[in-house]
Amino acid sequence: MGADAVFRVEGLRKSFGQNEVLGGISVELHAGEVTVLMGANGAGKSTLVKIVSGVYERGAGTMRLAGQAFDPKSPAEAIRAGVVTVHQNINDGVVADLDVATNLTLDRLSGKGASLLFKPAAIRAEARAVADRMGLAIDLRARVSDLSLADRQMVAIARAMAHQPKVLILDEPTSSLSSAEADRLFALIDRLRGQGVAILYISHRMSDIRRLADRIVSMRDGIISGTFDRNPLDYEGAVNAMLGRKIHLDRVVARNSARAVFTADGLQLAQGARPISITLGAGEVVAITGLVGVGKTALAETLFGVRRPLAGTMHMDGKPYTPGSAREAIAAGVFLVAKDRAMSGIVGGFNIERNISLPFLKRMSGLSVMKKRAERAAARRQIDELGIVCRSEKDELSALSGGNQQKVMVARWMSQASRLFILDEPFQGVDISARRDIAAKLRASADGRATLLFVTELDEALETADRILVMSEHTIVGEHRNVDIDLDRLLAQVAGGPLHSAA
Amino acid sequence: MSSSLAERATARERSMTLRDHAIRYGFIVLLFGLIGYFAIAADGFVSPQSAVFIFQSVAITGVLALGVTATLVVGGFDLSIGSVATSAMMAASYAMVVLEQNAIVAVIACLAIGVVVGLINGWLIVYMRVPDLLATLGMMFLLLGLQRIPTEGRSIATGMTMPDGSVANGRFSEAFLALGRHRIDFFIPNLIPVSVVVLIALAVLIWFFLEYTRFGRMMYAVGSNERAAELAGAPVKAYKIWAYVISGVFASIGGILLAARLGRGDIASGNNLLLDAVAAALIGYAVLGAAKPNAFGTAVGAVFVGVLLQGLTMMNAPYYTQDFVKGAVLVVALVFTFALSGRGRT
Repeated sequence: MGADAVFRVEGLRKSFGQNEVLGGISVELHAGEVTVLMGANGAGKSTLVKIVSGVYERGAGTMRLAGQAFDPKSPAEAIRAGVVTVHQNINDGVVADLDVATNLTLDRLSGKGASLLFKPAAIRAEARAVADRMGLAIDLRARVSDLSLADRQMVAIARAMAHQPKVLILDEPTSSLSSAEADRLFALIDRLRGQGVAILYISHRMSDIRRLADRIVSMRDGIISGTFDRNPLDYEGAVNAMLGRKIHLDRVVARNSARAVFTADGLQLAQGARPISITLGAGEVVAITGLVGVGKTALAETLFGVRRPLAGTMHMDGKPYTPGSAREAIAAGVFLVAKDRAMSGIVGGFNIERNISLPFLKRMSGLSVMKKRAERAAARRQIDELGIVCRSEKDELSALSGGNQQKVMVARWMSQASRLFILDEPFQGVDISARRDIAAKLRASADGRATLLFVTELDEALETADRILVMSEHTIVGEHRNVDIDLDRLLAQVAGGPLHSAA
Repeated sequence: MSSSLAERATARERSMTLRDHAIRYGFIVLLFGLIGYFAIAADGFVSPQSAVFIFQSVAITGVLALGVTATLVVGGFDLSIGSVATSAMMAASYAMVVLEQNAIVAVIACLAIGVVVGLINGWLIVYMRVPDLLATLGMMFLLLGLQRIPTEGRSIATGMTMPDGSVANGRFSEAFLALGRHRIDFFIPNLIPVSVVVLIALAVLIWFFLEYTRFGRMMYAVGSNERAAELAGAPVKAYKIWAYVISGVFASIGGILLAARLGRGDIASGNNLLLDAVAAALIGYAVLGAAKPNAFGTAVGAVFVGVLLQGLTMMNAPYYTQDFVKGAVLVVALVFTFALSGRGRT
């Protein structure tokens, strides 16, 4: 099997400081095959891609391309050697203000041997050849900024293919495409597969994976946790290997809730998605799990008022709840610890105390003048309660570890009482002990409010929640009480297998 | 072996703190060094009159700089402050000289210009998504032209001939002129000009607003991480627009002081207002290692520029060397802020 591998990495390791991101990765890619790489956030996928494409230097291990040692020092070197990567952000792959022809031949405009003058006719002829080889039906004179996302994606891939690479890496290429647009992309990938290109396809979308995969490699915590190449492919096994299912040290004692705090009826998140109806009870911790891109964040943002549902109603304590902004949601007692703390949580110029008090400045001021003593007291209380490791409440957040930064984000919203407490991926980039601290605190303080977590990793749901809901394709497809869970059925729902009725 | 390692570590720590101190107090030390140098080199530099003169020379740019600080805090910028100030000056002159109104009407007209320009700037930036530099640059050109339209490019003074041939007979009211010329007794009779009092009052006001009120706090949050501020319930758009209104109003107050000092609507005045004010605000980043816009730093920055110019003038340095020195100081201040403190953000 391994003899005809075009591209092979063995024992690849990479650390950033103390933090080992890749712990010995071995992968093979074969000519004319699509290998799908699956992994949750933080599993090390992007680090792997960056090493292969020459952005990062590897820590240890070997890479061989067609039998030769492959050791790129820069992205340009990797491309010249025949390994081309199309990154997730489409606009990194194209120059929006230039026309399609120039984009397709962009890489010949610089570097050794490039002509000093820009020759439009020669460029267009060359671009035509590239486009024909790819079966690309786009006007070569069109400006890229006028194209749809899918067309831009095609141009980016065609541009990559202009180098006639042996290995093509596609990093979540469908994440911003509609399904019709994705179909065109798949047709293109089929064509490339027919031409004998070895393709590494990174995605979370089960529908893409079912459509394309010849092999599946699952990654978890910096190692390969499963390789699946026997027909028919074991999709559930791949999801399981990616999300993990360890022996649980901290099983929770699932509680029942008597009184509903929040209800949603017929909430529709996306065009064509089945409506969602959920009820969340007081004192209950509910986790919603599902793969990346199934609409978890969309649901969190809808509940928090920063996104409007297409249809449906919500009630808080029996009263209609129609938040028009984060401000209104907060006033109604709905708090959100948003996903990606660096982007949407941490205020870099503020210390711990100021980060914690941010949403509640009004409650901590008299005649609009800040009450610094109340602010400091609230911060100290939260530092104590969550065990935030710091010198004092005046520390800058940049001085804290990822886990402690996340504790500050949770502390921000725990410093005041809420009715519905939502946390979107609260354990992302958080070490295990901080994760345990946060989960324990969430459960201990759950009385009197409904707590809703959105997590991709099953372990996190199993460790914290009383009830687990499964999301797929922007709707809820399963519900489980966290007592003697039928994990096989849950995983099948996560993998979005053959149509099944919601439990 | 291990002891030498430990020594090296402590040595590194000491040099780190030395660097921290340099960043923190560098500019204050430089300011006092400068005062010391001029005290020795320039006769009569250290006197109450000289100190007052420095404050008076920076009063108008200082007020503008405090206003632009508000826009810097929310992560914006306002290039229109200089032309808002001169527009306000022209409006005040027009109101009193041509329309023969009293001082109160003139002041209200100026403040209204500040508010309206601030609202338009904010609207362009927040709702029309025009980048802040471009929107306020456009507004600057617009105002430079607009302020000359009513008089077809003439300066405004009592007895001027209007475009239609009539003669404007109104005059600046005494009350208005007092804003620029009256001096308050302070130990020495007739020592402190009203404009300096206005500067100090506004500096204290904006400093208190930014440092101690929840609005100021939220403005800093908006400037540092807009999305986080929005998810924390802040009306981000309103805060941004307010920042431009503050900037516009402060600039129009600067214009009132300018008109009161000159006693006429001089179209050639106010050329340096924008650059001096921006320089003061940016120098303010470096004061006490703040590495962020702040009212206290801006005030120190304005005084710094004033001391420098007054000292150079008293040493008979030609005017063009003053511009050169001002620019050099600004560049050094920016290096302090962005490179040395390592906390620079765009």
